[in-house]
Amino acid sequence: MKVYVDNGASTKVDGKVLKAMEPYFTEKYGNASSLHDFGRDALEGLEKARTIIAKKINASAGEIIFTSGGTESDNMAVIGAAYANKNKNHIITSAIEHPAILNTCQELEKRGFDVTYLSVDEGGFVDPKDVESAITDKTALVTIMHANNETGVIEPIEEIGKICREKGVLFHTDTVQSFTKVDINVKKMNIDMASFSSHKIHGPKGVGALYVRTGVKIKKLMYGGKHEFNLRPGTENVAGAIGFAEAVKQMKDSNVKHVTELRDKLIEGVFDSIERVKLNGPRENRLCNNVNFSYLGLEGETISTYLSMKGVATSTGSACASASLEPSHVLIAMGMKHEDAHGSIRMTLSKFTTEEEIEYILKVLPDIIKKSRRISPL
Amino acid sequence: MYSKKVMEHFNNPRNVGEMKDADGIGKVGNPRCGDVMWLYIKVEKKEGKELIKDVKFKTFGCVAAIATSSAVTELVKGKEVNVIEKLTKDNVVDILEGLPPIKVHCSILAIEALHAAIKDYKEKSKT
Ligand SMILES: Cc1ncc(COP(=O)(O)O)c(C=O)c1O
Ligand code: FES
Repeated sequence: MKVYVDNGASTKVDGKVLKAMEPYFTEKYGNASSLHDFGRDALEGLEKARTIIAKKINASAGEIIFTSGGTESDNMAVIGAAYANKNKNHIITSAIEHPAILNTCQELEKRGFDVTYLSVDEGGFVDPKDVESAITDKTALVTIMHANNETGVIEPIEEIGKICREKGVLFHTDTVQSFTKVDINVKKMNIDMASFSSHKIHGPKGVGALYVRTGVKIKKLMYGGKHEFNLRPGTENVAGAIGFAEAVKQMKDSNVKHVTELRDKLIEGVFDSIERVKLNGPRENRLCNNVNFSYLGLEGETISTYLSMKGVATSTGSACASASLEPSHVLIAMGMKHEDAHGSIRMTLSKFTTEEEIEYILKVLPDIIKKSRRISPL
Repeated sequence: MYSKKVMEHFNNPRNVGEMKDADGIGKVGNPRCGDVMWLYIKVEKKEGKELIKDVKFKTFGCVAAIATSSAVTELVKGKEVNVIEKLTKDNVVDILEGLPPIKVHCSILAIEALHAAIKDYKEKSKT
């Protein structure tokens, strides 16, 4: 049996998405800037896609900029806001952000900006009060992710948004993992900018979006034509945008319910059948598809490899599995010991995950852990 | 990423376990990623030679660490102490048909555990 539970890394493209995209490769392949029928068809598709994504987050179409994905959107928001206001040089973020935010902030530090990296508690939560006290009159941007990719923790971004709006500071949030799983209402949540990525929600890779609230000024990253409201040049990836929008349409509330039930079955099943485990991240305020356990005394690359030999695709926060030989920065920021971070295995489900697949995992995992524990001295 | 040989050792590690009456124990840790290896040897003196009669290991580490541990134990079993003393990580890496560059440090761990166990044996047998 082949079981894919690494949907936090990327997802299967929904068949309906593929179908919706096809005409934009074979018939409506014009450049959306061209004046002829081919161009007009492409432009219509692009704007339709923009409207669908805008509606999903209670924004207007003119506030959605298509990009190449989550990484570009994050870069654009952070660098764009940093350089938009010459009198401000301070950015606030958290220690558990995705590298697309963290490494962008580190680059800005090299260029002379000040960055505050807020710590998180044991559950991985940022305290909104910490955001409030970190804000100074030099703060150009607060960027705190909506949901964490490793632990699934859902941050209190509505409270953070409120604080930022009251203080008159821009608020950006990386919603790459939460989009279509947790409701996002940019008005109610006082969000000024938000990053999205298509391939995490059963859309194609290489396309994403940045929501930029009307009135928010950012400096663009690239120079070229006047595409995407003169903020992101380059011939638009119309098929990608269509696929992204169709993926959004195909994510229903019933999918979230289904995934939540499977997640709970998996979490409870692991607790019931395996000793010395620790659930990483909270039980409540957790993404519907995220299961992340540390199997104490064990190393994650080995568990993940044994699982892979049984057809189960997972990921790990172990130092041994990272290019830097450093354990997951997210787990360490949550106060976890290095050896416990070592044994972390993330399973991220999707709407295509079945109950049989969860049962299969629960059948093979206990034996793998038993086998691994026989080898470990800890 | 790993050779067939590595995967084979990883999936069927030889000589896993502890030894109550070991003649030498090597307990080493790897500062790079925080892994741990314990290696036990039982030495038999026969016709003036010191032979590794039995060897056991326990490893907290990655696929490469487990595979090299297993390969080291297989390599030394039945061999003379003064012969295996000269083994280096390259001997194990060769047996495993190579390791990804980032995983070479794991093979050093296994060799260090072996040398630590031999040193422990020699110190103990002096008294
Ligand atoms: C939270 C988060 N932000 C950003 C990204 C980057 O998105 P993309 O792969 O579309 O560049 C990812 C995915 O890896 C992510 O999980
Ligand atoms: S033991 Fe950590 S990388 Fe091999």
